[in-house]
Order: sequence, then structure tokens, then C-alpha cells
Amino acid sequence: MLFFLTKRLLMMIPLLLGITLISFVVIHLAPGEPTDLQTELNPDAGVELKTRLRAQYGLDKPLAVQYGLWVKRLVKLDFGTSFSQDHRPVWDKIIERLPITVLINVLSVTLIMVVAIPIGILSATRRNSSFDRWTTVLVFIGFATPSFWLALLLMDYLGVYLGWFPVSGIKSLGFDYLTTGQQVWDVVHHLLLPVMVSAFGGLAGFSRYMRSNMLEVIQQDYILTARAKGLSEWAVIGRHALRNALLPIITILGLSVPGLIGGSVIFESIFAIPGMGKLFYDGVMMRDYPLIMGILVIGAVLTLVGNLLADLGYAVADPRIRNG
Amino acid sequence: MKSGCLLLPLMVMCLLFGCNQQDDYCFEEGQAHTPEVGDTIIMGTIADASNLLPMLSTDSASSQVAGQVYNGLVRYDKDLNFEGDLAQSWEVSPDGLEIVFHLRHGVKWHDGVPFTSADVLFTYKLLVDPDTPTAYSERYKQVSQALAPDPYTFIVRYKKPLASALISWGMAIHPEHLLAGKDIAQSPLARAPIGTGPYRFVEWLPGEKIVLERNPDYFEGAPYIKRIVYRIIPDMTTMFLELQSGGLDQMGLSPLQYARQTDSPAFRRRFNRYRYPAFAYTYLGYNLKRPLFQDKRVRQAMSYAINKQELVDGVLMGLGQPANGPYKPDSWPYNANVNSYPYSPQKAKQLLSAAGWVDADGDDVRDKNGRPFEFTIVTNQGNDQRIKSAEIIQRRFQQVGIKVKIRVIEWASLLKEFIHPGNFDATLMGWTIPIDPDGYNVWHSSKTGPGQLNFVGYKNKRVDELLERGRRIMDQDERKKMYDEFQQILADEQPYTFLFVPDALPVVAKRFHGVEEAPSGIMHNFIRWYVPVNEQKYQR
Repeated sequence: MLFFLTKRLLMMIPLLLGITLISFVVIHLAPGEPTDLQTELNPDAGVELKTRLRAQYGLDKPLAVQYGLWVKRLVKLDFGTSFSQDHRPVWDKIIERLPITVLINVLSVTLIMVVAIPIGILSATRRNSSFDRWTTVLVFIGFATPSFWLALLLMDYLGVYLGWFPVSGIKSLGFDYLTTGQQVWDVVHHLLLPVMVSAFGGLAGFSRYMRSNMLEVIQQDYILTARAKGLSEWAVIGRHALRNALLPIITILGLSVPGLIGGSVIFESIFAIPGMGKLFYDGVMMRDYPLIMGILVIGAVLTLVGNLLADLGYAVADPRIRNG
Repeated sequence: MKSGCLLLPLMVMCLLFGCNQQDDYCFEEGQAHTPEVGDTIIMGTIADASNLLPMLSTDSASSQVAGQVYNGLVRYDKDLNFEGDLAQSWEVSPDGLEIVFHLRHGVKWHDGVPFTSADVLFTYKLLVDPDTPTAYSERYKQVSQALAPDPYTFIVRYKKPLASALISWGMAIHPEHLLAGKDIAQSPLARAPIGTGPYRFVEWLPGEKIVLERNPDYFEGAPYIKRIVYRIIPDMTTMFLELQSGGLDQMGLSPLQYARQTDSPAFRRRFNRYRYPAFAYTYLGYNLKRPLFQDKRVRQAMSYAINKQELVDGVLMGLGQPANGPYKPDSWPYNANVNSYPYSPQKAKQLLSAAGWVDADGDDVRDKNGRPFEFTIVTNQGNDQRIKSAEIIQRRFQQVGIKVKIRVIEWASLLKEFIHPGNFDATLMGWTIPIDPDGYNVWHSSKTGPGQLNFVGYKNKRVDELLERGRRIMDQDERKKMYDEFQQILADEQPYTFLFVPDALPVVAKRFHGVEEAPSGIMHNFIRWYVPVNEQKYQR
């Protein structure tokens, strides 16, 4: 087991380097440069200024040298300084956006699981019943609905017309004056709409997946055996079928680990949530290379770790894999 | 920070609010209330600020905030005339080569340190320092000598007179005592500025909000509104919903929101809407290096074929006006007596036929020497008004026998791959209109190189001459003569078809009193806005 783990961890290093190299080259291939925001179509900016700014950012060096310097810093866990006009350390910019993004994603994934798993089980055990059909229609409506559109409708009706929820943002204006209890409620109140909207779209995939897993499992011989033993339906489904049907979910969860730090630009823009999606998007638009690379590296690491965790989780959950 | 947003592309949102300026004229008599201190104004902004050291940022969100925190030496008043800011008065020598600024006494930085001419000299040195990553250095390099003979006098000398020299001193003055000897790019002031302005910096939650608080010691008198909160809401629709739900007090409306969604009594009970021409125009620029557009008659024909009023009605919901030249219709350099190319497909057809473009093969597209009149309009992604304009123009051109394709390209790619290498036929873009009329960088024949702003390749000897003289004359009436002729030549030659000037459409919650619309916008007297005590919404 330890050997397996070490081997997997070591294999991640060249993989990570490969990912960063490709990303680095690709983002530099895109037309435009970080200095453009200051110099493009700016009558006050002469050629001399462009050259000077490029030199200040180190953009005048060959690409290979730039990559080398970047890796050298990365080894020391230094993500460098942002090329945007704020000149802040990339790490600071990422860290201040991370908590809210992770919070929303964790809540949303939890909500999806809490709702989708029971739907999947019930749909499978009552296959072709009216419940099965209606939930199928419902989750596919959720899947097909553009989240920005749904969000705007809910904001207009629940936020403006009824006034039940704040329209956007994550805190009220007088947040600092509230007691701790009120502060928690304030954040919850602000997050209800965004979490609901982001979970709604994710229900379909998960519940359908759960349903098909469950269908497969309940046709197995050991379920027949369990039933033959005279176990209650509850015990058959809950104890014997569910456990086996949940196995593949581990893989999906593992794959969703990098998704936890990613956000959707559209979603974050609409709810005015200062999250990672908007940060990354703005970074790309400004060609802020260090920031883009910083986020990509974290994403790549989390993807690799997520895969590893999924594999490990599988081994823990399934004795056949562990021993084989 | 007026200098910050003079000529950047139309993407800039500061237009919606005009450029921030404060004004020290007296409050008009006869109002129902006496001004009261208190309350908070929450302004919506579409993008977060980047850097609150004004010389390091070029984005409008930053200059909007910095405009309340810092002052320059001079600024434009509400009618766009010069007035003193940190300078009480100034003298320009008769030959235009020297400006002497007399600074205000008793002005203090927000941390209590007195402001002196040393700060001005320091700001100048910082601007021309090659290690400062600023985009504004160019115009300060024209200065041959800068002196601070005593704490309240600042003198600059130029080698040649420069008409825009005075307003270049509208640049925010940076504090010497906090920045001297330090790397400005790493200064904490970029995130927590200290200025001399009417508002002090309180906090900045990145991507969320920026909070400012009134400076009770402000030299023009303390502002009435206690606090400004800039809320960052990247989506225009959300911003509008937030406004309706009471979460915002001020924002700029889109034409659609102004025309269709705010024209109800319920909305008007809570908000005041304002409308005035923005400092910007949209144009269709022809690549004059292409043989297709070298004949003046062809360009004139295309201008006749476009119905500008239709663009204003269709794209701006009528909230704008047709443009005839590169200046704002209510500003002093504007020349109203030029050919405005009223919509006339007949004239367009005549001119095209006269230029040799006739439909010989009967396919509804004109041709000449076997080559059909066909070209592509490129414009940038993300600006719906430009894309819609291009589509309407496409249809009008088709009616006179010109076939047009439209390509919408991401901003950076558009500039790098198409505009700068001259690799385009025609482009639909916009300019912001600077208050100073100097159009040297956009129209002079020396600015046609790669990456320069005369990317359509317009070359005219007389225009060059007028532009060279115009920027060296200090007298406004004399200058106007140069620019009047310049506009006449442009109107005749039509290197661009000037399309329209949109209106700025700000909206402010009704509880704010004292808001006054002027050529410069509504923000010029912001420090005199107030909320009567019984209407105040935020107590803390």
C-alpha cells in the first residue's frame, strides 16, 4: 500500500510538469499581452513605454527562459506577482477568493447528493412508476435550464418582488455590526439562492447515475439471495443494494475535487460573488500569466490528488480491488 | 483623474458617470431642506478597481474611486472649463512655455501631514521615472524643467508650448512622505490610498466592495454624505435588480433599461434618472490602405447609405444622437456646419456609379473590373451595440449593392491580429472623446505605424498642419479655428463614417438632493449632495 502510494505520488511530478509546460505555452500563444491594458489604444503610450513595461514584466526574454524562471519560483512555492495593475502576489489573490468558492461548491455538492441519491434509489426501485417519470422530467428540466436565466428569474421574483432573499452578494452592508449568530444567518440567507440554483442543474447527472447503478445492482443474484432469505425490503435496498450502488459515486466525487476550487464566471457574475471563476476569467482576459498559471497549477494538483483519493477510496470500499 | 479616462476604448464604463469631479460652487438657495450630514450612498460598479495609486492604473473603476480620494492641481468644472483644485490659481506665460501654480495653504493629507509643492515635484519625478510602471509618462516628458521654489509654488517649463499642458496637471498628486524612496509598484498605498480628497479610504474587500468615509477636514468643505460604498456587481442585469431591491443607490443604465424598464411611476417615485451625451462616439473606420476604400466618393457613398438615426433608434433606443465628427456635440471644439451625410440611398448609388462601381453581372452586388464590392467589418466581442450596428449597416449596404460580412473577434485578438497589422477592411469601434480636442495621435499621418492609433492609415497634409498647430496654441478661440477646419476636411473625406454619440444614463435614488446635471455629468458637485435627516436610510 505504501509502495503504491509513493509510486503514485512520484508519478504526479512529471505529469504536473507536463501540464504546466503545455498550459504555459498555450496561454503565451494567445494574442495579446499583460501590458496591453495599459498601452493599447492609449494615445499617451509610446513605443518606448511598451518596451519598458515588457522588460519590467520580463516578457522580453525567450519563452523557454520565462518558463524556466517560473518553474524555479514554483519549486519554492512562489507563484510570483500578478501582472495586472495591482502587482499583488498571486497567492494572496487566490487565497482571498478560495473560501467562498469552496464553501459554495461544498454546499452545492452536498445538496446535490442529499437530494439526488434518494431520487435515484426511489426511481430505480419504483422503475417506470409515476414518481420515476416525474422526477426524470424534473431533473432534466433542471439540467436543460440555463442557470443564469433561472437565477435572474428567482432574483427578480424572490428577491425584488417578494423581497425574501437578498439579490446578490454574500454579506449585508451592516455585516460588521451584527452579532455572530446574525452574521451566520446573514451569510446563509445570501447563499440560499446561489446554492439552490447551482445544485438544481447538477441533480440530473447524479440522480440518473444513481438510478442506473441501483438498477444494475438490484438485478444481481445476491439481491435475489437477500430477498430469498426473507429480509425486509428496507434491509435489502438499504444495506445490500445501496452499498454496492454507491461505489462508483466515489469516483465521481474524486473527480469533483478540482471542481471545488473552480467557479463559473457567469454564475459568479450574476450573483456578484467574488469567487475563483471570475478571478480566472479576468486573469485570462488581461493575459495575467502568473495568475493563470497559479490557478492552473492548483487545479492540476487537485485533479491529480482527487484521482488518487478516488483510487484509494475505491480500495478502501471494495475488498476486491484492495486485495487484487 | 480626468486624465485617466481620456481616450481609452469605449469598453470603459466611466462614461456612464462622466468623469468624477468635485466642484466648490455654492449650493443654490431656495431648496426645501438644509443640507444634512449623514447617510451612505451605494454605487454599483461593473468591475473591481485594480490599483488605487492613480498613476499605476488605467481602468475606470480605479479612477472612479481614486477621484474621491485624491486631487490634482487643476480640473475641469461642471461646464468643462479649467478651475483650481489643489492649485488656488495659476499663470501661463504669454509664450505658453511656463506655468506657475500657486497652491492652496493648509491642505492636509488624510494622515495629517501638510501638503506642499514638494509632493507635486515628487509626483512629477515619479511619473517620468523609468522604473515607474505608469502609462502616463509621455506627456510629462515634454516638461523641460520643474521647480518647487517654496512650499506653495510649483513651476513647470516646456520647450514648446503645449495646449494640453495645463490639464495634464489634473493628474492626482501622490504623497511624497509615504512613497519616497520606496518601490511604488509594491506600495501598500495601492490597496489603502492616502490622498487629500473629500473622502478617506476605509476598506476594500476585493471583488466585493470598496468603502470610503467623508473627510471632515476637506479643504473645500466637508462632504455631506457620510460614506460611499462601491459595490462590485459584474452583471448589468443583477445590478439593475439590486437597484430595484434597494441594495444600490446609483448606477448607469443601459438604453434598454432606461427606455423600457424604468419608465414607470413606481420607479420614478424612488429614483431620479439623468440623461446627457456621453464622452464617446462609435464609428465605422475604413482601412484606407485597401484599394477598395481609396476613392473618396466610395466612402462618401457608404456614409450616405447608412441611416444614422436608425442606428440611434434601433441600437440606443433613441438615447443618443448621430455623430458628424470626433467631438461631443455640446462641447466647444464641435463644428456643427459640416456635411452630416443624411440618409440617402440615391446619392449613395449615384456616387458609387460615378466611381465606376456598377452591377454589371446582375447579381445585386456592384462590381468594377470584374471584382465585386465585397468586404468584411470586424468588431470586438462583448459589445452588443457594435454588433447590432454592424448588422443594421450590413442590411443598408446590401440595398445599395455592397456585400458585407461581419466578424466578431475577442478584444486582444482583434487588436493584435487585425487592427495593428492593418489586416482588416473596415472596423466598427468607438473612441472616448477627450475634453481637450487634440486629435494628433488618432489623425496625424505620422501615427499610422503598427500599433499606433491612426490604424485606418489616414494621411492628409492640411490635417497634419492643423493638428500640429492646434496643439501648440493656448488661446481657445484661435484653436477652435484649427479644429473647425479639421472637422470640415474629415467630413469631406470620411475616413470614418461617424455613427453616433450615446447618452450617459445614470440613475440616483431620490433621497439624494442637490444632484445637478451639467455638461461634465452629475458627479461634479458630489460633495454637496445630501439626504435630509428624515429620509436618511443608513444610520451607522
